[in-house]
Amino acid sequence: MEYIVEMLHITKDFPGIRANDDITVQLRKGEIHALLGENGAGKSTLMSILFGLYRPDAGVIKVRGNEVAIHNPNVANALGIGMVHQHFKLVHNFTVTENIILGMEPTVGPMLQTRDAAKRIKALSEQYGLNVDPDAKIEDISVGMQQRVEIIKMLYRNAEVLIFDEPTAVLTPQEITDLMQIIRNLIKEGKSILLITHKLKEIKAIADRCTVIRRGKVVDTVDVADVAESRMAEMMVGRTVNFTVDKRDQERGEAVLSIRNLNVLSSRKTQALKNFSLDVHRGEILGLAGVDGNGQTELVEALTGLRKVESGSILFKGRDITHDDIHSRVMAGMAHIPEDRQKRGLVLDYTMEDNFILEIYGREPYSHKGFLNRKAIRDHAEKLIRDFDVRSGQGALSMGRTLSGGNQQKAIVGREIDHDPELLLAVQPTRGLDVGSIEYIHKRLVEQRNNGKAVLLVSLELDEIMDLSDRIAVISHGELTGVKLPKETNESEIGLMMAGIAGAGGTE
Amino acid sequence: MSRFKNLFTALAAVVLGLLAGAVFMALSGSNPLAGFYYLFRGGLMNMERIGNTLASATTLVFTGLAVAFSFKTGLFNIGASGQMLMGGLTATAIGLSVQMPRMILLPLIVLAAAAAGALWAAIPGFLKAKFNVHEVVATIMMNWIAYWTVYYTIPAYFKGTFLETESRRIPALASFRVEWLTNIFRGSYINMGVFLALTAVIVIAIILEKTTLGFELKAVGFNRYAAEYAGIHVPKNIVLSMSISGILAGLAGATYYLGYAVNMQIGVVPSAGIDGIAVALLGANSPWGVLASSLFFGILHSGKGFMNAMTKVPPEIGDTIIAIIIYFAATGVLFTRLWERITRKWNKEA
Ligand SMILES: Nc1ncnc2c1ncn2[C@@H]1O[C@H](COP(=O)(O)OP(=O)(O)OP(=O)(O)O)[C@@H](O)[C@H]1O
Ligand SMILES: [Mg+2]
Repeated sequence: MEYIVEMLHITKDFPGIRANDDITVQLRKGEIHALLGENGAGKSTLMSILFGLYRPDAGVIKVRGNEVAIHNPNVANALGIGMVHQHFKLVHNFTVTENIILGMEPTVGPMLQTRDAAKRIKALSEQYGLNVDPDAKIEDISVGMQQRVEIIKMLYRNAEVLIFDEPTAVLTPQEITDLMQIIRNLIKEGKSILLITHKLKEIKAIADRCTVIRRGKVVDTVDVADVAESRMAEMMVGRTVNFTVDKRDQERGEAVLSIRNLNVLSSRKTQALKNFSLDVHRGEILGLAGVDGNGQTELVEALTGLRKVESGSILFKGRDITHDDIHSRVMAGMAHIPEDRQKRGLVLDYTMEDNFILEIYGREPYSHKGFLNRKAIRDHAEKLIRDFDVRSGQGALSMGRTLSGGNQQKAIVGREIDHDPELLLAVQPTRGLDVGSIEYIHKRLVEQRNNGKAVLLVSLELDEIMDLSDRIAVISHGELTGVKLPKETNESEIGLMMAGIAGAGGTE
Repeated sequence: MSRFKNLFTALAAVVLGLLAGAVFMALSGSNPLAGFYYLFRGGLMNMERIGNTLASATTLVFTGLAVAFSFKTGLFNIGASGQMLMGGLTATAIGLSVQMPRMILLPLIVLAAAAAGALWAAIPGFLKAKFNVHEVVATIMMNWIAYWTVYYTIPAYFKGTFLETESRRIPALASFRVEWLTNIFRGSYINMGVFLALTAVIVIAIILEKTTLGFELKAVGFNRYAAEYAGIHVPKNIVLSMSISGILAGLAGATYYLGYAVNMQIGVVPSAGIDGIAVALLGANSPWGVLASSLFFGILHSGKGFMNAMTKVPPEIGDTIIAIIIYFAATGVLFTRLWERITRKWNKEA
C-alpha cells in the first residue's frame, strides 16, 4: 500500500499534559482518513504538527516515503499539505482573492497583480463546485463560504493532502451536505484527506478508514465499513454511549420570558426580526429551529442586551427589560451560551479560573469590596472543571487559548449552567463536543428544565431540537412560522416550516 | 513560567543593546570597556549621581506606568507627553500663584496635576469609546494642543524675570525637593517624587492583579466582545483606563517640573513621554518591570554625560544603546522562541 503521509510514533508535550503519545497515523493516497477522539484527545495538535505549527518532541514524519522536517507552514505548503483550521484564519476586511494570495502575492514590479489570481480562483471554484465569488469581502459572506475560501486557499497552493479540522461544526445541515460533495470531488481529483469530526454519521458516510485516539494515544485504526457507529463511540470514550435523551413528562409552569412584537435590525441594517412574539415557560426546553441567518442570532442578542431593539418589548419574570443593560439581565437570572465561543465566550488570554468568573467577579465570595478573592475563584474553577470534565494541561491556571476547542465549549456551557439561571439561552450548546460530552450536556439541560427553569435552545441540528425540546418554535426570515409539539410533528414538517411554509393545524 | 520568559527577553534585549553599543564605541575609536565603565560610573559613582539617576527614573516610572497600564487594557496611550505637560502646567500654575502651608499645598498640587493629566487622556478615551476614533491619533493631537497651550500660557501669565521662554522659578514652598533628601544625595535633583513613584508602582500592581477594576479593564483590553457579553460596560472602561493612564502621566509632569527641574520651559515636548513607551516595552508592561527598566534607563540617562566627558565616546551612543534595546525588546518574540528552545532542551535532558 502506498502512503502519501505517515506520522510515526509522534509525541508532543505541553505544560502539564502529553497531548500526543506515540501516535502513528498513515494516510493512503486517495483516501479519506478520519480522526476520532474525545475533546482534548490531541487531534488538532497532531494535525498542527503535520502542518508545521508545532514541532513534535519525538517521532518521524514521512511524505511520499521521504522523511521530512516540517518547521513551519511554508514547508508544509511546499510539500503539498494544506489545512482548514477549527477556527478560520481569514482577514475580515479583505476580499476573497486577497485572503487567498496572502503571503504569496503575485506582483508586477512593485505592484500587486490580482487579476490573474482572481481568474485562477474562479477556475478552481468551478472545477470543484465551490461557488465562491473572488471579489466578495470576507465579512459579508457566510461561514460556509468562508470555509470554501479556506479550501480554495489550499488548492491555490497546489495542496495534495488536505487536512480538515472539524469542518462541519460550524455549518448548517445544507452546507454539510454540500461539503460532503466537495470532499468527494476532491478525492475524485486525486487528493487525499485527513478529516477530524465528532459526527459519527459523517465518518460513516464518507471516510474510508478511521483512527481512534483517546487521551493522546491511538486506540486503533479501523476500516469504517466494518465498524458500527456505536462501536466507534465506545472505542473513543471507553464506555457505551447513550444516544437518546431521558426526559420525564412534566407540566410546564408560567411564562418566564415573553417576547412581544419584537423588531430588530441586523448589523447590515436590514430587518432581522419582524413582529416576533414568543413565550418561554418555566420547566420547559423550547427549541428554536431555523435555517442559519434567519434572525436567530439577532433574537438572542436582543434578549441578552447585546443588540438594540427597534420596537416591541421583552418581559422577563414579568418585568419589562427591553432597555435594560446586559449586566442587569445577567443579575436578574439570564444566562447565555454564545454562538461564537472565541469571540464572545472566552477571554483567550485569561486563565480558566478568570474565565469562569467573567460575569460574576463582582459577587461574593469571588470579590469583596472590590478586591478579588483568589481562593474562592480557584475553588469555583476546580468545581466546574470537575463537574464538566474540562480537560487541559494546567487546570484552573490554563490559559483559555491553550484549551482544545471542545474543552473551551464545555467550559462555557459549564459556566453558564452553573449560574443556575431562570432562563438559559443556549445557542448551539454542543457545537464541537464529542458524543460523550454531548450526552452529559444534554442531561444537564434537561436537569435545568426538571428543576423548573426555562431553556431556550437555538440549534441548527434538527436532531438535537427534536430530542430535547418540549416545544419547537420555527423561525423563518425573522418571523415565527409556528410552534409545534415534538410528538405531533416530524422532521419534514419542521423542514417545511423552516422554509417559511406555515405548519398545518395543531399549532400551540 | 511566563514571568521568567519576560525577564529573559528583557535581559537578552539589554545585553544585546549593550553589545551593539560596544561595537559602536569601538567603531568611534574608543575602548568599549572604558566607555561602559564611565557610563555606569556616571550613573552610580557617588550619592549625587545616584540621586540624579533616581530622579531621572522617577519621571520614567510614571510615564512608563502610564503606557504600560494603557497597553494592559488594550489601549495605546502615546500621549503621555501631552498629559505630562498639562500636569506640569497645572502644577506650575498653582505653585507660582498659591500661598499655603506646604502640608496642604503639595497634596493639592499632586491632585490638581493628576486631574489635569486624567482630563487630557480622558478626552481621547471618550472619542474612542463614543466615536471609535483611534487613540493613537487623538493622543498625538492632544500632545500638540498641550504643547501650544504651554507655549502661550507660560509667557502670558508666569513669565520669568529674564527670559520669555520659561516660567519663574518655583518657590521652595511648592518644590518637591526636600532638604533632607537633597542633603543625603549631595544636592542632586532627587525629590519627593521618588516616593510617589514607588507608591504608584504598588498601587498600579494592586489594581491590575488584585481588584475587580483591574479584572474588568484587562478583560476589555484582551477581548472587548467577551467583556461586553459578560456585562462589562466597555465604553466606560475605555475612558476609565485612559484616565488612570493620564493620572500617571500628569504626576510625571508635576514631579518633573516641580522636582527635577526648577521651572517650566516652553517649546519642549518632554522626551520622557516617548521614553515611557520604551520603558513599558522593556518592562513587559508589568509595574515591577517598569520600575526595573526605569532604573536602568535612568542610569544610562545620567551616565552618558560623564562618559562623554571622560572618553571620546559621543553621548549619542547612550541614546543608540537605548534605541537598540527598544528594538530588541519589541522583537522579543525571537527571544521567546529561543527561551522555549532552551527550556525544551533542558526538559528533555532532565
Ligand atoms: N498551545 C497549547 N499549550 C498548552 N496546551 C495545549 C496547547 N494546545 C493544546 N493543548 C492541550 O493539548 C491537549 C490536546 O488538545 P487538542 O486541541 O489537540 O485536542 P482535540 O483532540 O483537537 O480536541 P477537540 O475535539 O476539543 O478540538 C488539550 O488538553 C489541550 O489543552
Ligand atoms: Mg480540536
